[in-house]
Amino acid sequence: MAQEQVRPNNQGEIRYLTPMSVDTRKKKYCRFKRSGIKYIDYKDPEFLKKFLNEQGKILPRRITGTSLKFQRRVAKAVKRARHLALLPYVTDLMK
Amino acid sequence: MNKYETVFILTPVLSDDQMKETVEKFKSVLTDNGATIENEENWGLRKLAYPIENKNTGFYTLIEFEGEPTIVAKLETAFRRDEKVIRFLTFRLDKFAAEYAVKRRAVRKAKQEERAAEAAAEAPVVEAAPAVEEAPATEANEETKE
Repeated sequence: MAQEQVRPNNQGEIRYLTPMSVDTRKKKYCRFKRSGIKYIDYKDPEFLKKFLNEQGKILPRRITGTSLKFQRRVAKAVKRARHLALLPYVTDLMK
Repeated sequence: MNKYETVFILTPVLSDDQMKETVEKFKSVLTDNGATIENEENWGLRKLAYPIENKNTGFYTLIEFEGEPTIVAKLETAFRRDEKVIRFLTFRLDKFAAEYAVKRRAVRKAKQEERAAEAAAEAPVVEAAPAVEEAPATEANEETKE
């Protein structure tokens, strides 16, 4: 405590005029629920690419925000598309 | 009676006639076993995402049909026996998929008619706005068809 008081005013503690913006992240949502899509088509690889990373792996729900029900359907659609060579099983730099 | 959908890939080495003949053959396998074919789509020669049997392209054909469950096994044995088929996938359509399939068919038909009308009028009309997210597949498929 004693040391704190000795320290000159303009050093040490940094003060901001405006309060630091606590990063307010946008809430994730399930795009299928929001737009009312009931069936995910495996025949459209361009759409399914939204749920894959660059290596062609399926992105987890915590990143895409998809609900569990639709994550299962996305996974199924992706796997069907892979089987029919519409999507690659493994790749680099897909996008 | 269930609704099924099957997609199969034929080798690119076939001529157009041979390809059509093969497709007809599988269609007759279906109809002979009491299935009714509801829709058939020819996606044409497409690039494969990865090589299958050292081939980088293939003819894609989609058939939607309605029939008894036993027919699937018969169709798949026919696929396995034919070495012109390099990949196939058959599955039952659930209620959402069936709904989607009907919608997709309507969209495709409308597009085809539009194109026919365009060709008839020979007017340089701008392509229709991209399909809604519900039916995104049609766009990509139309492109490859040309």
